[in-house]
Amino acid sequence: MTNRHLAAADTSDLALWSALRRHTQARIGLGRAGSALPTRHRLELQAAHAAARDAVHSPFDPGAVAAALPGMPMIRVRSAAPDRLTYLQRPDLGRRLNAADRAHLPRDAWDVVFVVADGLSSRAVHDHAAVVVRETASRLPAWRFAPVVLAEQARVALGDDIAHAMGARLSVVLIGERPGMSAADSLGAYLTHAPVPGVTTDADRNCLSNIRPPLGLSYETAARKLAALMGRARELGRTGVELKDETDHGDVRKRLL
Amino acid sequence: MSTYTSTLGGHHYRFDSLARLLAAASPERSGDRLAGLAAESAQARVAARWALAEVPLARFLAEPVIPYEDDDVTRLIVDTHDALAFAPVARMTVGEFREWLLTDAADAASLAALAPGLTPEMVAAVSKLMGNADLVAVARKARVVTAFRSTVGLPGRLATRLQPNHPTDDPAGVAAAVLDGLLLGSGDAVIGINPATDSPKAVRELLELLDGVIRRYAIPTQSCVLCHVTTSVDLMERGAPVDLVFQSVAGTQAANASFGVTLGLLDEAYDAVRALDRGTVGHNAMYFETGQGSALSADAHHGVDQQTVEARAYAVARRYDPLLVNTVVGFIGPEYLYDGRQILRAALEDHFCGKLLGLPMGLDICYTNHADADDDDIATMLTMLGVAGASFVICTPGGDDIMLNYQSASYHDALYLREVLGLRPAPEFEEWLGRIGLLDEGGAIRDVTGTGHPLTAIGRELAA
Repeated sequence: MTNRHLAAADTSDLALWSALRRHTQARIGLGRAGSALPTRHRLELQAAHAAARDAVHSPFDPGAVAAALPGMPMIRVRSAAPDRLTYLQRPDLGRRLNAADRAHLPRDAWDVVFVVADGLSSRAVHDHAAVVVRETASRLPAWRFAPVVLAEQARVALGDDIAHAMGARLSVVLIGERPGMSAADSLGAYLTHAPVPGVTTDADRNCLSNIRPPLGLSYETAARKLAALMGRARELGRTGVELKDETDHGDVRKRLL
Repeated sequence: MSTYTSTLGGHHYRFDSLARLLAAASPERSGDRLAGLAAESAQARVAARWALAEVPLARFLAEPVIPYEDDDVTRLIVDTHDALAFAPVARMTVGEFREWLLTDAADAASLAALAPGLTPEMVAAVSKLMGNADLVAVARKARVVTAFRSTVGLPGRLATRLQPNHPTDDPAGVAAAVLDGLLLGSGDAVIGINPATDSPKAVRELLELLDGVIRRYAIPTQSCVLCHVTTSVDLMERGAPVDLVFQSVAGTQAANASFGVTLGLLDEAYDAVRALDRGTVGHNAMYFETGQGSALSADAHHGVDQQTVEARAYAVARRYDPLLVNTVVGFIGPEYLYDGRQILRAALEDHFCGKLLGLPMGLDICYTNHADADDDDIATMLTMLGVAGASFVICTPGGDDIMLNYQSASYHDALYLREVLGLRPAPEFEEWLGRIGLLDEGGAIRDVTGTGHPLTAIGRELAA
């Protein structure tokens, strides 16, 4: 009986919900099979989840990033987390370089080091990182760039260890963000002035998130914002809340994202 | 500080404090390992449980896991402990307490009377000796009933939070998701939005939107925009339609400080919202969220395991007679709860501990995409928590929250749970659903998506 009711209303319902979907990407008006989701929507959700899971577990391919940045010197490193399983459970290891790699990093008076880090979505890094590095660097012709460091099993704070070891005044970590079902390829950029491992905190950083054209931030906007932030960080001699006031007392869920 | 010892498999184990013993007795979870608090082996874990089973409950009053001088949550726990209520179990050990909880003597009335006599550490301790089925069986008997415009927590009822989040707080997008949830019979616990920003102006706009929908259709429910408590206080002073005051809370003073809250601030907000008194069938006006891992994430756990410190957050919550408390159980990520198995266990522990302490416990049954979990884990958790008598669950469109980027239960999941367990919505809301034509003759939610339905006027106006 309820199905007949649905069928009778079907055409106008479809029109209503498709009009409402202009206002939100939320999965509204999905209809029902008994109490459950119709098969199509159940499978669509599983497909989105699979894309996000694959993004988390796809291996990082530093060679692909290097190939997209011809002419730029590159160094490959790994964190102290030996594999993905350990990486996911031990953020402390993902924040530390493994000792052998640290010893091979060239030390000099670099203005900035770009760290391209897999984070939670290597897909985001493969798709977006090289262009952001190129476009940002091209806006700062007078800067002295360290070799780009390609980091595997990396958390944001691994950039502290790298910049500190290399003597760089600023680190810019481009990292794959935690994938959502509606966005599995989002890249974040974290700026930190003169980081010191174990001393620098998240409050000392500036962040640009959701770099993900065409639905998120465009390369052009990301590079322009990054270059401006980097310039101001150099003038101020610091990054973090004092560079751009972001005092956010949001709820636990947002704070911990 | 005392030393606790036990011998198992020819090994002698020694635990240097009650906090170390509790941590070692906890089931395996990634957060305790990360904090360096987990048992060093499976055998050490069971040895810790043997030792814990012999600890008298009264010992927890004598040896706080975080010193009284260092932490206002400890002071709250100690200073508000009700010795008279505690008397019936005062001579029991943790092991004996487990057995008593599982008997018929521990019924709804005796559990309710006992709640003010229990401390978070006592309920955390006994939960560590319990299996998942024990946690369900005991929590099911404990009933906590609260009310504002709807009544939450009655036997045979399951309420839902309708969560219509939007990444830019777009009012039309939020309203469309509210319509979707209402048509699926959701929203009797609260219609609650996590705003994308904490700006008072944006929060007020959302509050007015929800207040408008609730008034227009005379829905017996309450709204909440989950902003920081200081934003709510500010908005109440300026006459915004605040039904419930929300705050995330944690189990230590330092972790609460990382959320920008103190007990003093919460006291102030509580007084302000009580003075508004916008409820009709009750006066519980606070809404708290918690979740294992937040104290560790804020580096504010004082060497206490993540489940015990989570239970301490409930001591903060119960000071304010909340309408709703929920643990956002799988939200933070696999470094705290690695997979579906760990998330399920934590969900059952949190629900059990909250109920025993006298709280109206609900859950955000959820996971992130970097945890090893999927929609089958949601179904398993929902079913067990439904049997355990959870007061409410959080529901999102299609189970996908597009603002917070995580997966939760869906409105459909709540329909499933009500159907298989014979659970009904909050009575006032159920009556409204009938009045507005959303119930079929069997009392289930009708499969109405028809444009002729009065509620869809919201949708037609948005679509126009």
